[in-house]
Amino acid sequence: MKPSAFVVELLQIAAVVGLAPAFVGWVRMLKCWSQGRTSASLFQPYRDLAKLIGKDVVLAENASWIFRFTPYLLFGTAVLSAGIIPILSVDLPMAPAADIIVIVALFAIARFFTALAGMDIGTAFGGMGASREMMIASLAEPAMLMAIFTVSLTNRSTSLAQIVMVITSGETVVRPSLAFALLAFVMIALAETGRIPVDNPATHLELTMVHEAMILEYSGRHLALIEWAGMMKLFLFVAMGIAAFLPWGIATEGHLLALPAAFGILFAKLGLAGIGIVWIETGLAKMRLFRLTEFLGSAFLLATLGMISFFILD
Amino acid sequence: MNVLPVNVAAASVLLLLVFSLLAAILRRWQAVLVVVSFLTSALASLLAVAAGVWSVGANSTGRIVLPIGLPDLPFHLRLDPLAGFFLTVVGLLAFFVSLYSIGYVRGYLGRRSITSLVIFYCLFLAGMFMVVLADDALFFLVSWEIMAAASYFLVLFENERVENRRAAFLYMVVAHVGAIAILLAFGVLAGCAAGFGSFVGYTFDAMRQATFPVPWATAAFLLAFFGFAAKAGVVPLHVWLPEAHPVAPSNVSALMSGVMLKTAIYGIIRVTFDLIGTFPWWWGALVLVFGLLSAVMGVLYALMQHDLKRLLAYHSVENIGIILIGLGLAMIFTSFQLPLLAALGLIAGLYHTMNHALFKGLLFMGAGAVLHATEERNMEEMGGLIHRMPWTAALFLVGCVSISALPPLNGFVSEWLTFQAFLLSPSLPSQVMKLLIPLGAALLALTGALAAACFVKAFGVTFLGHWRGHRRPTEIREAGWTMRLGMLLAALSCLGLGVMPTLFIEWMDILAEQLVGARLAATASEHGWMWLTPVSYERASYSGGIVFCGILVVVSAAYLLLHVKPGAIHRVPIWDCGFEKLTARMQYNATSFAMPIRRIFGYLFNIKEQAILAPQSGHKAFPVRIRYRLRIRDRVWGWIYKPIVEVSFWLSRKVGRLQQGRIQAYLIYSFVTILVLLVFMR
Repeated sequence: MKPSAFVVELLQIAAVVGLAPAFVGWVRMLKCWSQGRTSASLFQPYRDLAKLIGKDVVLAENASWIFRFTPYLLFGTAVLSAGIIPILSVDLPMAPAADIIVIVALFAIARFFTALAGMDIGTAFGGMGASREMMIASLAEPAMLMAIFTVSLTNRSTSLAQIVMVITSGETVVRPSLAFALLAFVMIALAETGRIPVDNPATHLELTMVHEAMILEYSGRHLALIEWAGMMKLFLFVAMGIAAFLPWGIATEGHLLALPAAFGILFAKLGLAGIGIVWIETGLAKMRLFRLTEFLGSAFLLATLGMISFFILD
Repeated sequence: MNVLPVNVAAASVLLLLVFSLLAAILRRWQAVLVVVSFLTSALASLLAVAAGVWSVGANSTGRIVLPIGLPDLPFHLRLDPLAGFFLTVVGLLAFFVSLYSIGYVRGYLGRRSITSLVIFYCLFLAGMFMVVLADDALFFLVSWEIMAAASYFLVLFENERVENRRAAFLYMVVAHVGAIAILLAFGVLAGCAAGFGSFVGYTFDAMRQATFPVPWATAAFLLAFFGFAAKAGVVPLHVWLPEAHPVAPSNVSALMSGVMLKTAIYGIIRVTFDLIGTFPWWWGALVLVFGLLSAVMGVLYALMQHDLKRLLAYHSVENIGIILIGLGLAMIFTSFQLPLLAALGLIAGLYHTMNHALFKGLLFMGAGAVLHATEERNMEEMGGLIHRMPWTAALFLVGCVSISALPPLNGFVSEWLTFQAFLLSPSLPSQVMKLLIPLGAALLALTGALAAACFVKAFGVTFLGHWRGHRRPTEIREAGWTMRLGMLLAALSCLGLGVMPTLFIEWMDILAEQLVGARLAATASEHGWMWLTPVSYERASYSGGIVFCGILVVVSAAYLLLHVKPGAIHRVPIWDCGFEKLTARMQYNATSFAMPIRRIFGYLFNIKEQAILAPQSGHKAFPVRIRYRLRIRDRVWGWIYKPIVEVSFWLSRKVGRLQQGRIQAYLIYSFVTILVLLVFMR
């Protein structure tokens, strides 16, 4: 492990923490344009975060330590995942600490605590959000792991760095199983990051909100951390998709010189991913809660098809 | 005399047996009895742990032949690493629970005599230790029955309640049906080992050396699996479990759920891997299928419960399923001669055995503390306990995170290992197995996600929000320090096993070597104790320690950074979108939390839902009150047990006609019997 790898590691974490709001700003911008509205600046999310951090915290009287701890935990798991997923380079000192199953589980523990925080204050909204979130998660998680298993069976590893290495070295040609898995992954990623058609990130309608319902009582820096972690989560899911399916461009050695190219390609991919997200979100409507079983069920089916085609065709 | 681990273990059993006799003498001084008895059992458990850890660590096998038993059939004791591992599992939780019991059982003082509780508690522990130590069929069954009978009386401890008596009866029936199956299994094995006329084959050593014809081995395996599955609560034999575990005193529930079920896992491993040795792949597939079925059904049933202890009991069904998944994979890989992969499956199963003992014990102890403080088992009547019982809440949360298989705690490690074992299925030669086994992994993922949902519900409804109950919340007190100590130690072990898995795997690796013939630790810890890398470094790696420290560092850094400029925190009334008349009844409760999942998986249950509008004045659209009634039943009960119950009632009615209450009829029966005997038995 070269010392430059540690520099890359820090750079990557800083990139995720720093760029995630811009990525969300980009998605919002595209959405505005596609709907014929004038958009806010790309940097609006930064201003929102700065404003929230500067404000005092208004905390309900009966909030327990869980309520106050959750925002920090969300942020912590997101930053930790940012240090593990190969985004700029595969030669990360922290990458062996967790494979893709662990990363899914890290998001799961963040969700676990968000749901608990939703129930902590004792309002009906919080409980409703927690109940719905856990329901969606319990349907999404098997499909998610199924898609991941297809990828890891194809590449004989669950370590994301190793998957990137195998795919970029050209050992894995384009396979039908990966195409199915990618489709399933995109659908699940929409569910996990709370986008349309599963949840609406811009909603405050009581009948449709899931994620918002759990964090209604947050304010000030707590809310800022939660929002920031949410933005990072979207970024990380895109990065995970890139690493598992389209990793070309990620530096395979810890050279600092390889980084500018990696950065450039990452920007291009993120830009395209933003267009993809907006394309899906403007094309679909938010689904009723109990229609989600069909949506997530078909994602599971696609992932299963991917796995079957791996065993039959490969 | 040269002291061996087996002597230490025997001393521990002897201590418990002797004390259960002494307890009768001490019964006049109940307060003293509580302290002395549970300190004794804690000491005995520590001895058992020492013996277990030692025998696994030193790979030593010790034997004792006792001069008691039937004539010419002495009892054999043997402590090998497999027994040592289970002795450690049982002893460790028994130690924590014994400490906890000092405070918990004190709550009964002045209300009822605790003498029977203490005596049967010691016998129960001794029974579990003996089951693990037994090295012949006779002693095994005697110990098995001691364990079952002692736990029966413990379930029956608060016997004034009808539900307790009914649960204890059901438990006794299932336990005995299972015990008969195990007896028959050993009969088949002993018969094959030494011929049906001889008794020599009853020792496990004789069985180990024998080779069994496939049909007989299969018969023995099926009987043993059925018998042990009844004890372990594998679906569909689980019905007694959610009845019996909740009604026992909580310290006993912790032991029953945490470790008594593990003796059945021990039995399955002992019979298949050790006594029979070689087996066809479909045995493993059978174990795997029942494991998957139990895991999914267990967690789904658990989600529907609103009785805290019942919910935990159903989770034992789930976790036994996860353990069986690991074992089943190990059996499949073994029969296809892939020892390294089998080692991975086996270690995953055994790791989960240890984990489940710790976190389920912890959760039952927490539920006991809540029960102790609120005198309530129904979650719908709790809420907000985190403010009244901060210690219990925090420790219970550790258990919840562990059982939901979330990093960095221990439940995740074993689930991760099981996933890795699943992903090795392409090495299998059979095309069908290659394909079907990863689908099982999806079911395991579903189980994990549903378990997380269930524990958000359990913790959220019990400890968070506002108090919903009838008592005044100010009357609720935190658990005493011995209870907290027991829970704290269990929680710390959960953390330890989650953060440093390689140390634990290195210790128990000898089991994999002895049972499936390959070691895992050579690869699992080749990159140092911090990195867990089963199979190979390229394939997968995990470091619980780094994940834990990483989260810790970022959390503290974020906290410190944001508090450079001390922003004020204003405590204000709940906002709730400006709604002002919020009451505690408006919170989500256990029933409403589970509603979406109940709706999706409802067809698996027998659900009856009713909303009754109370008589109203005015229009139907404005009822004065709405009563909501929900009844959820196990489908298995209607499908399997009800027919059996009906057939047995029908049969007994037929047979009952013999009994007419007339002396003449009975005299005729006796006369005919004597006549028949005289004719045929000359």
